[in-house]
Amino acid sequence: MSATQTVLEAKGITKQFPGVLANDNVNFDLRKGEIHALLGENGAGKSTLMNLIYGLHHPDKGEIFVNGKPVQIHSPNDSIAAGIGMVHQHFMLIPVFTVAENVMLGDETTKRGALDRATVAGKINEISKQYGLDVDPAAMVGDLPVGLQQRVEIVKTLYRNAEIVILDEPTAVLTPQEAEDLFRIMRDLTARGVSIIFITHKLKEVLAVADRITVMRAGHVINTVKPLETNEAQLANMMVGRQVILTVDKKDREAGEEILKVENFSARDQRGLETVHNVSFTVRAGEVLGIAGVQGNGQTELSEALTGLREPHGGKVFIGGHDLTGKPPRIITAAGLAHIPEDRQRHGLVLAYSVADNMALCDYYRPPFSNRGVLQQKALDENARKLIDAFDVRTPSPFVNAGKLSGGNQQKVIVARELSRENVKLLIANQPTRGLDVGSIEYIHSEIVQMRDRGVAVLLISAELDEIMALSDRIAVMYRGQIVAVVESKKTTREQLGLWMAGAHAETVQ
Amino acid sequence: MQPEKQSKSLTRQILQSISESSLVPFLAILTAVVVGGVIIAFVGGNPILAYRGLIEGSFGSTKALSETAVWATPYIFAGLAVALAFKGGLFNIGAEGQLAVGAVASSLVGYALPEWLGFDLPLIVHLPLAIVFGVLMGGLWAGIVGALKAYTGGHEVINTIMMNYIALNTTSFLLNGVMKDRSPTNVIARTPLIAESARIPPIFDGLRVHWGFVLALLMAFLIWWLLNKTTLGFQIRTVGLNPDAAKYAGINVKRIIILTMVFSGMLAGLAGTIEVTGLNYRHELGFSIGYGFDAIAIALLGKSHPLGVVLAAFLFAAMRNGATRMQFLTQMPVDLISMIQAFILLFVAADAIVRYIYRIKSKGERVVLTRGWGG
Amino acid sequence: MIGQVKQSPIRIITSMLATTIAVATPLTLGALSGVYCERSGVVNIGIEGMMLTSAFFGWLAAIYMFHIFGMGIGISITIGLIFAILTGLLMALLHAVLSITFKVDQIIGGTVINILAVGLTGFLNRQLFFGKGSVFGGTVPNSPGVLPTLHVPITEIFSSLCGTSAGCLENLQAINRVFDQKPIAISAVLLVFFSHYVLFNTRWGLRSRAVGEHPQAADTVGINVTKMRYLNVLIGGMFAGLAGAYFTIESVPSFEPLLTNGRGFISLAAMIFGNWTPIGAWAASLVFGASQALLINMQIFRDVIPPQWSFLQESYIVGLTPYILTMFILTGIIGRTIPPAADGVPYEK
Repeated sequence: MSATQTVLEAKGITKQFPGVLANDNVNFDLRKGEIHALLGENGAGKSTLMNLIYGLHHPDKGEIFVNGKPVQIHSPNDSIAAGIGMVHQHFMLIPVFTVAENVMLGDETTKRGALDRATVAGKINEISKQYGLDVDPAAMVGDLPVGLQQRVEIVKTLYRNAEIVILDEPTAVLTPQEAEDLFRIMRDLTARGVSIIFITHKLKEVLAVADRITVMRAGHVINTVKPLETNEAQLANMMVGRQVILTVDKKDREAGEEILKVENFSARDQRGLETVHNVSFTVRAGEVLGIAGVQGNGQTELSEALTGLREPHGGKVFIGGHDLTGKPPRIITAAGLAHIPEDRQRHGLVLAYSVADNMALCDYYRPPFSNRGVLQQKALDENARKLIDAFDVRTPSPFVNAGKLSGGNQQKVIVARELSRENVKLLIANQPTRGLDVGSIEYIHSEIVQMRDRGVAVLLISAELDEIMALSDRIAVMYRGQIVAVVESKKTTREQLGLWMAGAHAETVQ
Repeated sequence: MQPEKQSKSLTRQILQSISESSLVPFLAILTAVVVGGVIIAFVGGNPILAYRGLIEGSFGSTKALSETAVWATPYIFAGLAVALAFKGGLFNIGAEGQLAVGAVASSLVGYALPEWLGFDLPLIVHLPLAIVFGVLMGGLWAGIVGALKAYTGGHEVINTIMMNYIALNTTSFLLNGVMKDRSPTNVIARTPLIAESARIPPIFDGLRVHWGFVLALLMAFLIWWLLNKTTLGFQIRTVGLNPDAAKYAGINVKRIIILTMVFSGMLAGLAGTIEVTGLNYRHELGFSIGYGFDAIAIALLGKSHPLGVVLAAFLFAAMRNGATRMQFLTQMPVDLISMIQAFILLFVAADAIVRYIYRIKSKGERVVLTRGWGG
Repeated sequence: MIGQVKQSPIRIITSMLATTIAVATPLTLGALSGVYCERSGVVNIGIEGMMLTSAFFGWLAAIYMFHIFGMGIGISITIGLIFAILTGLLMALLHAVLSITFKVDQIIGGTVINILAVGLTGFLNRQLFFGKGSVFGGTVPNSPGVLPTLHVPITEIFSSLCGTSAGCLENLQAINRVFDQKPIAISAVLLVFFSHYVLFNTRWGLRSRAVGEHPQAADTVGINVTKMRYLNVLIGGMFAGLAGAYFTIESVPSFEPLLTNGRGFISLAAMIFGNWTPIGAWAASLVFGASQALLINMQIFRDVIPPQWSFLQESYIVGLTPYILTMFILTGIIGRTIPPAADGVPYEK
């Protein structure tokens, strides 16, 4: 197979969003049967470029060629017709539809006006067998684990005879082993002549799987290289534009007394299903316990139930020896909890409030912010100015709405508020760096390590295995609502954790 | 950063934000007036004459001004009721019912209490009792919906509407039955007159404008203060803007939802109560029909800001008050006003339309006023 | 008929069933209107207003056709029916423009429609009949009438089974009465099953539900979200129009301000109770219909109610039932029934 024919080419693509130049004169090409990785930080413009190619947005300038011919892509219909398929980072699947319904949506087969589910199922089974994808057309998508949902997305593109497949951050939701599996499927696809654009910010992966790597930064293409001619440090340098320290500086430290103790703890999700079963663990002063696991294995419910946002369904929680099971957030906060919530815009901030108000969100009712029920504006402002300086929050003023700040600065507002509180004994941080730029990630990591060094007990929940491994003293692995393993981080490997995350040892550990 | 410079730019910012935030409502009113004029012309009237009548009738004389203030009084209370609920993320379509039960309750205290006690009460005791009782009933009426929302997730929009119908039926039942004015000449569903000791005195002799109007203005200030300067107001606004974050912040969201509804209902109840004690001296079936919907329009037109509500209430009051003069001059029915008000509401709610017509750029930030069934 | 002869249980039951189906008609159609709108992601609280305007303009059109254009009774009523449906369509177009194109808060948009409906019908009702130079000269003329009851020949077909038994024939006639309904009532039931099939078994239904669950997913497979939502809201508007026609074209030949009396809102509760499915919404509408039928037949219970509770029979108190029932149904139902995921959320790319 010749790897020289260019199947897709984007020339001089420019796209301006309000306040951001997302793509600035970007050139990109894809050859037949290759895996071309598009590497960059969050916000570098990778997804924008792909959305332009897929017809979800329209470029202000530039041209797109498919198989050498210029194409006008006004909507996904045009790109589908041109043989382009895309697997989005947030899956474009409807949970209450079956696999067959999701796959056929937009390209339905009907028989006398009715949906012909049998024919579609047959075709799905055929594709599924051909590429070893193993999906059941009759299954309800919402009941499938994320790994399988991703396969449904791949089937969707193949069902439409896509010859160019765009995978947007496909490994973010997978265990290392599942990612390996995906890479196998990707190679199967390229072997059959499909060309793949692989979008990621993970350096190891691109080196492992890509034929070529294009690095983007701040809307520009920095360079296109081959994996054999580069290394992690060089790629990171291109990605961020400066030297990046890839490891977190963390000294060994003796853990102190037990701060958080969780016993036989259970919680349910919105639908009433028990997603946390009988979990027990402890976190000591001055240690970081990382909870690893593929997202959707009960981490959200666990952290919400521990912090009072969700009613626990059984078991006990002790903080500093006090039983705080099922207590409201204010009591738990008063007992020494600092909480960086999973979804900063949903739980952590009121976007329509000023930075100053957000910085007192949990303490507005106490002096100096309140005097007999009357808000003390002066105290709010002083507090904000102090924290903006101390935590390096980039904001034009304390009176600007939090919604106007960048994601990294929004997260810093939360971190500043939570970590600056007096008498913090326990920090629960859930996905503290999700979607942030490298600079903010480094900053938040160093703040977490500082808290640990000051003797705070830290419970870190993250789906990023690298983050867990870099920060944790001990690691607990969560799978289907249970802690399947607890190990010291020095005594384990990515591969071992990956196996646990996939449930391999679930039975034996129990 | 120099403090002086800061405060200067802050003042300018505030002025700028006021002019910006009142631009779209102003244009909405203008557009509705034009549309109303077209309708008047379409049904064979003279729009200029009609609007002249409207203005003369509402501002043309001391008496007209007094009457406009009389109309504005319940509108301010009811508009504040809806606005307060909006601030707390709740859509109170039930001001109408809360107003009615408030009016019924305070007329009951107003006419029946002296009879039951067997002696007359002094004004200083009787009037506050009548008002408080009406206010509490309004609060209770809305509080039921608030509690249902907080504890069962029953959506306040449908429930407040249902409570309107329940209030209407119950009021009809009472006013045609046990509370009916038994005087021999009376044939309509109304209560007896309340005692002199339960009446709010007029401010000036010979004009109907009464101290309830002053109370309405004070209440607008009080609500502004409550929302913006107190921790309770902070809680209400936080729950309204982001209930998840409110819970995270340690706010008892259920309690705030119920409290907000109760406060909102109390304000609506106050509207009814003041109409009884300050103006009509009795409750009559049907007098309040439409107040609840007008209150929604007023709250939206005033952007849920107490000062905006006062201004919008004056506009609506002027239109209602001037309508009679307009009818006299042009034979246009008073119902026309409801149409024009509906159009004002349309253009205010759909400010995107106004922005589109006048090519005004949006500042971005979409304000979520209501939430769907999922809650 | 009241209290004259002791009625047989079967006649009471069938008479109640017949009333139930008839009075449930506007609720059923209103709920179907809600299902179409909300399944595609648009909350429609303006159904009440759509019903009211449709009832008014349908009735008005029939009067104009009959009195001004001198058309026959049948044709006038038919044109009235068509006008009612078109009115619903136009009001729905307004809602679609507000909520889909201009992305107005959908509950506010619906409230605007409700208020506009009250203002518009109130104004025109007075202006057209009593205004200066009215062709009707200050009186409200009689409407040409209402739609006739259609007879389903059950008795005729099965009468041979009864032989000579008079009681059997009487019962058969009683059962027949359940099926002898007027055209809108019959079409409402047929539309329930038709809509259910369309929603869950056709391309149209799949795409409509897709834009209501996850519009972006639909967009990425080339479905025009805006178009699907517009069309569904417009269809919903026609259903609301038909519901409006029930009041003035099928039930009684007159219009009074505010005659819909909250039934648009109650049908939303029925839709929620029915878990956003046509058949479920129909079942819920029948529950409401049954409660009303029970009250219409209240005299049956005259003897059982102790005198001190007799005030319960006052029409104002009796009239509370559907509203209290609605609140009761909404209590704890939300959470157990699940709305479409993108219901009420404007689609932004």
